[in-house]
Parts: sequence; C-alpha cells; structure tokens
Amino acid sequence: MSHMTKEEINEKAKLLLEDLINREEPLKTKDRMKIPAQLMPEQDEFARRHNLDEVSMGYTMEEAKLEAMRCLQCVKKTCVADCPVLIDIPGFIKHIADGDMQSAADEIKKVSLLPSICGRVCPQEVQCQQNCTVGKALKDVDKAVAIGRLERFVADWERATGNIKLPEVKPETGKKVAIVGSGPAGLVVAADVRREGHHVTIFEAFHKLGGVMRYGIPEFRLPNEIIDQEIDTLRKIGVEFKTNFVVGRTRKLMDLLNKDGYDAVFVGTGAGLPMFMKIDGENLVGVFSANEYLTRANLMRAFDKGKADTPIYNSKRVAVLGGGNVAMDAARMAVRLGAEKVYVVYRRTEKEMPARVEEVGHAKEEGIEFHFLQNAKRIFGDEKGRVKAMECLRYELGEPDDSGRRRPVVIPGSEFTIDVDTVIVAIGNGSNPLISQTTPELEVNKWGNIKVDENQKTTVDRIYAGGDIVLGAVTVILAMGEGRRAANSINQVLAEDIEKEAKRN
Amino acid sequence: MSKILHKKKLSESVYLMRLDAPLIAEERQAGQFIILQVNEDLGERIPLTIADADIEEGSITIIFQVVGKSTTLLAALNEGDEIPVLVGPLGKPTHIDNFGTVVCVGGGIGVAPLHPIAQAMKQAGNKVTIIIGARNKDLLILEDEMKKIADEFIVCTDDGSYGRKALVTEPLKELCELTPKPDMAIAIGPPVMMKFCAETTRPYDVHTLVSLNTIMVDGTGMCGGCRVNVGDDIKFVCVDGPEFDGHQVDFDNMISRLNSYRDIETTSHDCELDKQVKDLEAAQ
Ligand SMILES: Cc1cc2nc3c(=O)[nH]c(=O)nc-3n(C[C@H](O)[C@H](O)[C@H](O)COP(=O)(O)OP(=O)(O)OC[C@H]3O[C@@H](n4cnc5c(N)ncnc54)[C@H](O)[C@@H]3O)c2cc1C
Ligand code: SF4
Ligand code: FES
Repeated sequence: MSHMTKEEINEKAKLLLEDLINREEPLKTKDRMKIPAQLMPEQDEFARRHNLDEVSMGYTMEEAKLEAMRCLQCVKKTCVADCPVLIDIPGFIKHIADGDMQSAADEIKKVSLLPSICGRVCPQEVQCQQNCTVGKALKDVDKAVAIGRLERFVADWERATGNIKLPEVKPETGKKVAIVGSGPAGLVVAADVRREGHHVTIFEAFHKLGGVMRYGIPEFRLPNEIIDQEIDTLRKIGVEFKTNFVVGRTRKLMDLLNKDGYDAVFVGTGAGLPMFMKIDGENLVGVFSANEYLTRANLMRAFDKGKADTPIYNSKRVAVLGGGNVAMDAARMAVRLGAEKVYVVYRRTEKEMPARVEEVGHAKEEGIEFHFLQNAKRIFGDEKGRVKAMECLRYELGEPDDSGRRRPVVIPGSEFTIDVDTVIVAIGNGSNPLISQTTPELEVNKWGNIKVDENQKTTVDRIYAGGDIVLGAVTVILAMGEGRRAANSINQVLAEDIEKEAKRN
Repeated sequence: MSKILHKKKLSESVYLMRLDAPLIAEERQAGQFIILQVNEDLGERIPLTIADADIEEGSITIIFQVVGKSTTLLAALNEGDEIPVLVGPLGKPTHIDNFGTVVCVGGGIGVAPLHPIAQAMKQAGNKVTIIIGARNKDLLILEDEMKKIADEFIVCTDDGSYGRKALVTEPLKELCELTPKPDMAIAIGPPVMMKFCAETTRPYDVHTLVSLNTIMVDGTGMCGGCRVNVGDDIKFVCVDGPEFDGHQVDFDNMISRLNSYRDIETTSHDCELDKQVKDLEAAQ
C-alpha cells in the first residue's frame, strides 16, 4: 500500500539505519517507537495489472533490520499467544536486528515448516500482529511490528543463500505412511513423519503438487517457485510423491492400509467443493466458481493465452460474489486477464470482510470496485445462454448472528441491475465428498467434514485427518497446525508398534 | 505417465488406444472415465470414458474422436509413446442390476462408453437390445463387439449407407411401443442425440439413463465447471455422475455450456452438433 518506489523506501531505510547504528547509547523503547513502520516495496499498481509477478517485493536487509528494531522484546509476548503455531516471534526478530539471519531462520523453523509461504499468506492482522504492543501503543494495527513481512524476509534470505538446511532424518524404521493430498496439511505431515525415519508417500489427485497453494492462490501473491522449493526439500529427504492418483478412486483408502502395507494414513484432501448461490441463472455460460476460474488461470496456465491449451473466458465486465481471500484472488486475476471493469459484491461491509487487509488494499489499487451491502438476486442471460446482467439487492446490517458479525438484512424493493458478462462465485467451499463416499467406515459431520478427536484421529484406527477437510475452508497456518498434531500422533503410534515388535523378538 | 501399448484407427477421425494403467484397470467399473493430458505443463485436461480394460495386461482402452487441438495431439502419438498425465477411474460406476429388458442406444463415438455397460448389463442377466447409429457407414464403430453382446441388434445410419436409414430414435420409439415395453434404456452419444432419446422414451415412461460428457477441469468435484441442472438440483457430472436420469437433465443448458469457449476454440465437433440438432428437429 506504499506509494513510494522501491528505491525511495530503501534510500530512507539506509539513512535511518546508519544513523541508529552510529548512536552511542543503546536504543530505548521511546527510540524504537519512533522508527517508522517500514513500508513494503510493491510493484507499480498499473504495471502489475498486466502481469502475474508478485505484487509485494519483500524487504531489503536495511528495511528488515529497521523493522526488527521496532520490536520491544516484550516480556508478555502477546504476539506469540496469537500465533497458531506459537513461533517465538521476539526471538527470531531479535536475531534479525542483530544481523544473524541464519539463527532467525532456525528459530522459525523449529515450529513452522513453511515460513516463506506463511509470511506471505497468513492473516497476520488478526493473528500475531493484532495485539502487538507497538501497534496497540500507536493505536493502529497497521503500525504493529510487521511480523509476517519479517518472517517472509528471513525465509527468502535463506532460500537465496541456496543452501537451505535439510531437516535431519532418523534411520529408516521400515514403517510406511500414506498421505492423501499435497496441500499445506499434507506437506507438514510428510516432513514431520519422514524426520522420524518412516517411509512417506504423498498421493495427489492433480498433476502438480501444493494443493490450494498451487491451483488457488495466484502467483502474484505466492510464486510457484516457492512451493517448488518446499516440495524439493521434501523430495531431498526421501518423501515419495505419486501425482495423478485419486485416493478413493484409483485405490480405496482402506486398501492402502489393508493391501498396500501402509501402517497409517493421513487425509488432507482440503475443502474443494465450491458452493453456489442457488439463484436463477447460475448455470448460464459465464458463471464460474472461483475455484474453476483460478484453476484454469493458475494450474492450467490459461493466463499464458496462446500457449496453454486450456481456455479461459474472455471477460470484460466481471462481478465477483464474496468477501474472502478467494474473492480477492479471483477479482485480481480477472483484472490481469484483461477485464475492464471488476466489481466485488459483498453482503456485509468492509469491516466484516474475511480477506487479508493487504489484499483488499491491493485490489482497490488495481481499480477493483467494491459494492458493499449488496448481493446477487439473479443472473440474466442472452439468447445464447450467456451472462448479460445481474440483478442485485441492497442490504443493511441488523442484529449480530452466531459468528458475532452483524447479520445483513435485505432492503425490500431495492433491486437494481448491473451489466456484466461474467459472474464469479466465491462464497465458500463445502467438503470434498470423494473420500467419505468411497470409505463408508469414516464418519463425517453434517457438513461432510471428517470427524477427528484431539489427536486428529478419525473414527477408523490408523487413519488421521486434518486441514480444510476437517475444519472447513480455513487458512494455511491452521491446516499446518493440524498436520503437525496429526504427525505427532502418527509418530507416536508407530513408535509404539516398533517398541512392541522389538519386545516380541 | 502411461505408455501407449496399442493404437488403431477405427474410422476417419476415430482412434482406439490401449494404455498401460494397471491400477485403473483393476479398479474401473462400467460407466467410469479417465482424464488425460497430452502435455503436462500447458496441456488441457480431457475426460474420456473407459471403453474396456484388461486386468491381466494391466491396460485400459480409450476410444476418441479428433475434435480439437488436444485430441489431435493425442491422435498424433504412437505406440510406445507416453501420455504424461492419466488419472482415474473417475465418476460413479453404472448401477448394474437385473432390470429385465434393457435397450442400449449408442450414437457415434458414444458406442465406446456404452460397450462396457452393455456388457455388464448382459452379464447381470438382462435381455439386452442394442441400437447403434452413426452419420454414415465409415463412422460406425465397435459393430462386431456390440453384436456379440446383443440379444437383439439394430444398426442405423443417417444416410442409409449401412443398416437401416434412420436416426436411432426411430427404432427406440418402436421398442417403447411394444408390450411389454423395455424396463430401461441407456443412451450415450452426442448431447443432442441423448436429449432426443430421452424425449422419445418420456411418453412411455421408460426410465432412461444418459452419460454426460461436459466440460471438466479437475474431475474430482473441486471446480464445478462440469455442473448441470438435473431436476431442481445442480449436479457435478464428475462426482455425482456421469450418468443421470435423462428425463431430468436440462440438455439445452448443457449444450450451451459445452459451447462456452466456442469463440476461442472452434472445433469441428460443434459444427457436428449443429447438424445433428437440425436433423433431429426435422425428424421430430
Ligand atoms: C483462492 C484461495 C485463496 C486463499 N488464500 C489464503 C490466504 O491468503 N491465506 C490463508 O491462510 N489461506 C488462504 N486460503 C485457504 C488455504 O489455502 C487453505 O486453508 C489450505 O490450503 C488448506 O490446506 P489443506 O492441506 O487442508 O488442503 P488443500 O490445500 O486444499 O490441499 C488438498 C489437496 O488434496 C488433493 N486431493 C483432494 N482429494 C484427493 C484424493 N481423493 N486423492 C488425492 N488427492 C486429493 C487436492 O487436489 C489438493 O491438492 C485460500 C484458499 C483459496 C481457495
Ligand atoms: S508484541 Fe510486538 S513488540 Fe512485543 S514482542 Fe511481539 S512483535 Fe515484538
Ligand atoms: S470437473 Fe471440476 S467439479 Fe467436476
């Protein structure tokens, strides 16, 4: 959200840093509070409307150090308490301020496996940065220590050195673990289980790995190169990958255990079933789920028009329904694919939007128009069955609902029509029924999410689950957290097996 | 990765390939399909029904018509070449049971997916009547294979170059008029043909299954690109189908959705559809 160029930001940072380093006395709290929050260098807001390059370009060393110096090293670590995986935030930040980047990287990696990803996509403003003392004192969450950007900086720094430390792998145990799905949940389980010396196979339905991080989140937020890097690390420590393999169809889940000799299975198949509005005209040509639109553009590379065989709709006027990250990604992708007008239509107000604040800001800069307190009522088609307009209703906020957010209430008679040729529905995902349909033993709740206990164990012995398939569509970090817990349980069960076998012999 | 074990040209633009796919061969059941890509990075995902499988050889058979860029590229591959992406079996298998008399109607390339279903219906003890049709003699496929299964066998061509000069709906109508009428019909072929088969059986209340070949991306229920209106519901063909009650399917919507990218990829297949619409409408 900066309007200074990359060079201007860095020039300022260099000068200030020099000044602070040359000071005689150590920095006091007061001095730290005076250091301005470092802006994120970003790609020009007009240029980026035509490419898939990353929008946020990352801190330079000077900017990172300055930002790290803003941290007060609080005794009561409110930031850590709000981190789903409890990274020692002041710990790694201090290493940055001291210029010891390797120690900073090691500190984060003690608990988080994918820092270059989380640093980019975590909703920091409602997690670690929400209650940061600096942000509180300055009465602005945007002025909190930029923990996410620092996390990203450290991870990118390590990647750039070209020698990412491989996790240590214990001697082979001869035990085999199958992981279904290569999203963040599955990748974390793979790493943690492999480290204990067990053989790990990841089964992935798609031809490429990474789950939503690959097919959903666009390159301009999370470059593929980063996911490739993380997967490469897993490959190097001996994790086996089987792509184009749909568990439940290519092989039944129970067969992995009963016929193929796996000792435990982790199901991390994600949310993946797009929801629709159930309104008239939703099946017209030109109405897409965000999943389809983004998968075509990202995974199937339709953004490379003329090169990729997968086509993408030629949209000029696009309405995106929804207010989450998925809606932002779809809207911003539409801009990059050449749409002239992109509207985001959301039932509530900006305050209730679940999307990361940074993405909403970026979307606005890219010329996307937000229509709050509105929703689609029906979609009109032309004689060929293609979208030509959408009728909307206006809403006002009423009483709070179960989620604590004020419920939007329709204003009767407020209908109006907007001209659009494309409608992208991004109102959420249900759970993918493929595994549960083909594995009747596995219990699911009424929304189709797999039931697990506090150890991520399902109702079937030796089958564990986690991530979006358990929680519903959530976040990368929560999926990872579940993966970590599942891996612990799996490692424990396998350790018990090994112990029993040793006794018997 | 899957090796092409065998390739054969069945007619002007129709090819048969046997692919090395032991796991799919073992799991597949009648009615299921695979998705393949000829190019892993920039290729398109194309769904094709599994026409046959050989568990011993560990192979599956696909039959496809060259209609666009991806199928042209596929047809250009030869025995020994590898197909980089092959995933399956996808979709729900056909519900096979002893229903009594089952009429299987296959149009054009639709005879390929119909073959394993007719086979399974026969094995389940049904009396199986098979109607196959094509525009002309050269475009007929799997005649011998289908004949072997059928208790009663009818071949039609639109131009009369072989068998009866008729659209498949004609003999279908005659069968529905018999007493007792058939217990069930299965129609697989171009969307327009399936639409008119469903219209033909509707007045006689003969339950009619159709197998839909919509646009697909993932094939696992993740994108909704394959959705169709079935009765009052939206169904995803790749996970809820591909077979549905033909009397409930909104074919007109499905056909317009199949043409979503028409301005981008003009394929001979579309022209084919137009022609069939005209023929069938003229015939009704
Ligand atoms: C467009 C978009 C933007 C998002 N933005 C953010 C963001 O900014 N920040 C954030 O924290 N979160 C974001 N999320 C949410 C986040 O991506 C998910 O919560 C997270 O990826 C869930 O991880 P997972 O491992 O549970 O599943 P997924 O990432 O969904 O991975 C599941 C994998 O399993 C595979 N699979 C499914 N079924 C089978 C099967 N039967 N056999 C084999 N493989 C199978 C799938 O192909 C997929 O690769 C976003 C989601 C989307 C769609
Ligand atoms: S709350 Fe903010 S200032 Fe305090 S330790 Fe955490 S990041 Fe540093
Ligand atoms: S092909 Fe994507 S949901 Fe069916």
